[in-house]
Amino acid sequence: MKNTFKISYIVILLLVGSYQVNSAEKVELLKTNWSFKGLFGKFDRGSLQRGYQVYTEVCSSCHSMKYVSYRNLAEEGGPEFTEEQVKAIAANFEVLDGPNNDGEMFIRPAKLSDKFVKPYENVKAAQAANGGAYPPDMSVLAKARSGGVDYIYSVLLGYEDPPSGVTLEDGVYYNKYMYGNNIKMVKPLSDDLIEYSDGTVASEEQMAKDVTTFLMWAAEPHLEARHKMGFKAILYLIFLTILVYFSMKRIWSRIESEV
Amino acid sequence: MSDHEYVPKSKFGKWFNDRLPLLTLASHLTDYPTPKNLNYWWTFGGILTFCLITQIVTGLTLAMHYIAHADLAFESVEHIMRDVNYGWLIRYIHANGASMFFLAVYIHIFRSLFYGSYKSPREIIWIIGIMIYLLMMAAAFMGYVLPWGQMSFWGATVITNLFSAIPLVGEGIVNWLWGGYSVDNPTLTRFFTLHYLIPFLILGLVVLHIWALHVPGNNNPVGIDVKKPSKDTVPFHPYIVIKDGFALLMFIIVFASFVFYSPNILGHADNYIEANPMVTPAHIVPEWYLLPFYAILRSIPDKLMGVIAMLSAILILAALPWLDTSKIRSAVFRPLYKQFYWILLADVLILGYVGAMPAEGLYLLIARVATAYYFIHFLIILPVLGFKEKTTPLPLSITEPVLGGMPMASAIKKKESLD
Repeated sequence: MKNTFKISYIVILLLVGSYQVNSAEKVELLKTNWSFKGLFGKFDRGSLQRGYQVYTEVCSSCHSMKYVSYRNLAEEGGPEFTEEQVKAIAANFEVLDGPNNDGEMFIRPAKLSDKFVKPYENVKAAQAANGGAYPPDMSVLAKARSGGVDYIYSVLLGYEDPPSGVTLEDGVYYNKYMYGNNIKMVKPLSDDLIEYSDGTVASEEQMAKDVTTFLMWAAEPHLEARHKMGFKAILYLIFLTILVYFSMKRIWSRIESEV
Repeated sequence: MSDHEYVPKSKFGKWFNDRLPLLTLASHLTDYPTPKNLNYWWTFGGILTFCLITQIVTGLTLAMHYIAHADLAFESVEHIMRDVNYGWLIRYIHANGASMFFLAVYIHIFRSLFYGSYKSPREIIWIIGIMIYLLMMAAAFMGYVLPWGQMSFWGATVITNLFSAIPLVGEGIVNWLWGGYSVDNPTLTRFFTLHYLIPFLILGLVVLHIWALHVPGNNNPVGIDVKKPSKDTVPFHPYIVIKDGFALLMFIIVFASFVFYSPNILGHADNYIEANPMVTPAHIVPEWYLLPFYAILRSIPDKLMGVIAMLSAILILAALPWLDTSKIRSAVFRPLYKQFYWILLADVLILGYVGAMPAEGLYLLIARVATAYYFIHFLIILPVLGFKEKTTPLPLSITEPVLGGMPMASAIKKKESLD
């Protein structure tokens, strides 16, 4: 028992220590209620659909999403647009296909099976158009930053005038939450920038929350299935463990020994 | 090892067993006399076998969909996560399985250290165990490279560069390892090949590990020799099987909560950024289970000496049966060793912690003190302790205190206070 205390004491010391170090270095990130966190966490369907709208109308002019397909938008656990809606969405984009039987490449409207059309041909083109900075692909962005969704949400809302004494180069902006505080992306969101098709008021916070939710889904499209299966699996395991415990007690009762 | 010779009942069984004694082996494994006082720290051997098999099965499945090519690896992992049926589940089990494997192996090793399981006549079991541990580290390191994220790439660069510390031939060796002049596609394909091979080498060593264990039989919390079979032992089946099974289920619950509810918490966010040789991450950190050795490496100012210190920190364990001069196995009867054992555990945890921090200022100082202590423990404290320490009296058999109805440690303490 004494040793258990010793171990927990050491572990607590380490945890407290690491917490203090982290908080000394970083600014506290903005927090909001994410519906997809927790044991039964699910995406808010409306938020995902609005988030997709923000992505298409704002982010997608610079940020690609190369691992996500149009069909994913209709799949269970995602924004769950109807298939007709997604077909219509895809038809708005053009992709280069081919070669056809004449050996020619041709342009056609995107289909459900196509990946999201990229804004730039390649990384160099993206850099050339953005002052040398590459707008990162957004497919797994929500998992690719420490702080995850809270970090992205904070950066979207973290634009400020630089503190006195800080001078910024041309095309560089000050962001309270960005690593190093310098960001080459111009402030992307402002109140009523877009008009939500479901009538929700498009405040800056609302858009930031919706698009971040959408990014989390894009990075983890099977999150809902994972939570659902996890709950069942762990419940089953606990039940089985209890049964095995009593079987063990029964078996060990045959001999004079403690288990 | 059992006294009676096994004779199969059926005619076919007898015919087969005379030619290949598989049934004799099965009978040996089920009857295997095991000390009845084994506590739950002894269940991690079985848990580790489960971990190895899980890694092999999920790994084989992943290998069917993964593409070992610098331009396609990252994408193929995303393909597994998105489009392969339950690919996300298989990959998260495999990725978290590595951490669970190391968690279990560290508990297994520290159990051995506490109860002196490495001592005569079990030195070979212990040395095979250290070899397994080394191979595990190699497999884990190469596996972490395969998703071809930023940490994969830069971790591989840092670790392979360690070989350049070798005088004269260092640079040549590094280029040979890489298959070129930097970590690139040839490095990835060979790491994939080796990552596929090593688990089967481990499997072979595990068979030897268990074989070597079945010669003297299990150590036990009291650490005294047990007559086998006797009233001090129980047959492996059903007693140990059900107990190992119960402990395994508890372990799987912890495992599952990582897989289903925080599958990325043990990894590094940067590994979801595709490898980019032009951009170095701010902090390059290995996986948590390698951190203590990373701290030792960085605490030595000279590169070559750092590499030597890091390797010695692992290899010194192989010499442990001879460095520990005490004849008494279990720390239960070694009041001083018990204190030093907990200090060593704290020391390793501190090394792990500073290994995750930048190597500067106070962290570097702590890392140096902790590194020095690590070696002092094995090279000075353990050899001296065997001669100086006044141990408490051993019981004659393990049944004596067990039948008294008291758990071992408290029984001993009560005796002490009566004296």
